[in-house]
Amino acid sequence: MNKLNILVIGRHPQITKTLFTLVNKMENCVGFSALTDEDAIKIFNENNIDLVLLSSGIPEESEQLIRSIFTDKNPNIKIIQHYGGGSGLLSNEIMEAMYIK
Amino acid sequence: MENIILHKADTRGNADHGWLKSKHTFSFANYYNPDRMHFGVLRVLNDDSVEGGMGFGTHPHDNMEIISIPLEGDLQHKDSMNNVAVIKSGDIQVMSAGTGIYHSEYNKNHDKLVKFLQIWVFPNKKNVTPRYDQITLNLADRHNNLQQILSPNQDDAGVWIHQDAWFSLGKFDKDFSVQYQTKRKENGVYIFVLKGDLTINNITVNTRDGIGITNTENIDIKALTQDAEILVMDVPMTVA
Repeated sequence: MNKLNILVIGRHPQITKTLFTLVNKMENCVGFSALTDEDAIKIFNENNIDLVLLSSGIPEESEQLIRSIFTDKNPNIKIIQHYGGGSGLLSNEIMEAMYIK
Repeated sequence: MENIILHKADTRGNADHGWLKSKHTFSFANYYNPDRMHFGVLRVLNDDSVEGGMGFGTHPHDNMEIISIPLEGDLQHKDSMNNVAVIKSGDIQVMSAGTGIYHSEYNKNHDKLVKFLQIWVFPNKKNVTPRYDQITLNLADRHNNLQQILSPNQDDAGVWIHQDAWFSLGKFDKDFSVQYQTKRKENGVYIFVLKGDLTINNITVNTRDGIGITNTENIDIKALTQDAEILVMDVPMTVA
């Protein structure tokens, strides 16, 4: 089974790092993280990202920019809002985004 | 025409970590059931029991309204906004996680369990400034009455959250009946039975069952047993 490449984007350094760590602890997932739009776009362009998790503190205009650039490059990219900040909903969100038609 | 979903207590997700035993009404952590993801903006309803002295170490939250209702024992809370508090049965605690907070929760006592409901509600606004509040409720106010414990309004009874949601608690004598009127036409109502047997719109429910009702403005509640207790959650059915 191919591993899922998951990019976590957030403005809160600790929460973003926590999510990154949690993603990497999950079987079949590889985590990437970014605190800025520039870093997120760079990571997205250099890796075959399957899923983008939008974490805390991302302004509306940044979210629109990210969605626009990422979707232009990969129309099938899944971009979802992550809620809750921790492990409680993370695996559920990944499951819903990637495997539920 | 009203729509009703019934979640019997024994169909909930089960987690046993030794120090923590939890029943999940909706999918949470390792429990995943695509038919049990949420009821409108009500995303998490966990029925937790924590061993003496144990608890949840420091962990983050963001963009979620988190409500804790202790049922037995004392829960010690510390967070990144410098709040240090103990909540006990009769209290209600609320956190608007917004842009992000860290907190820990421990059973303050070493010789008895703490039991509490942990409820997560999707906010109607992302990235709000984090906020913490707790209040002590007057238990007498819920005897044969639905005591409002949460609303969207700062100047209303109970705590408030960033969502058009209202919660109420009731403790009823046997055969007491009451009609609940939904607060907004767009809302649905999820009733969680804390204790006892009741009928909700003529459907019999028992301890720890949950029943969700939409497309109705009035809900008929009748206690079949003495001291039946319920939590009523009146929530928007659309996640913004």
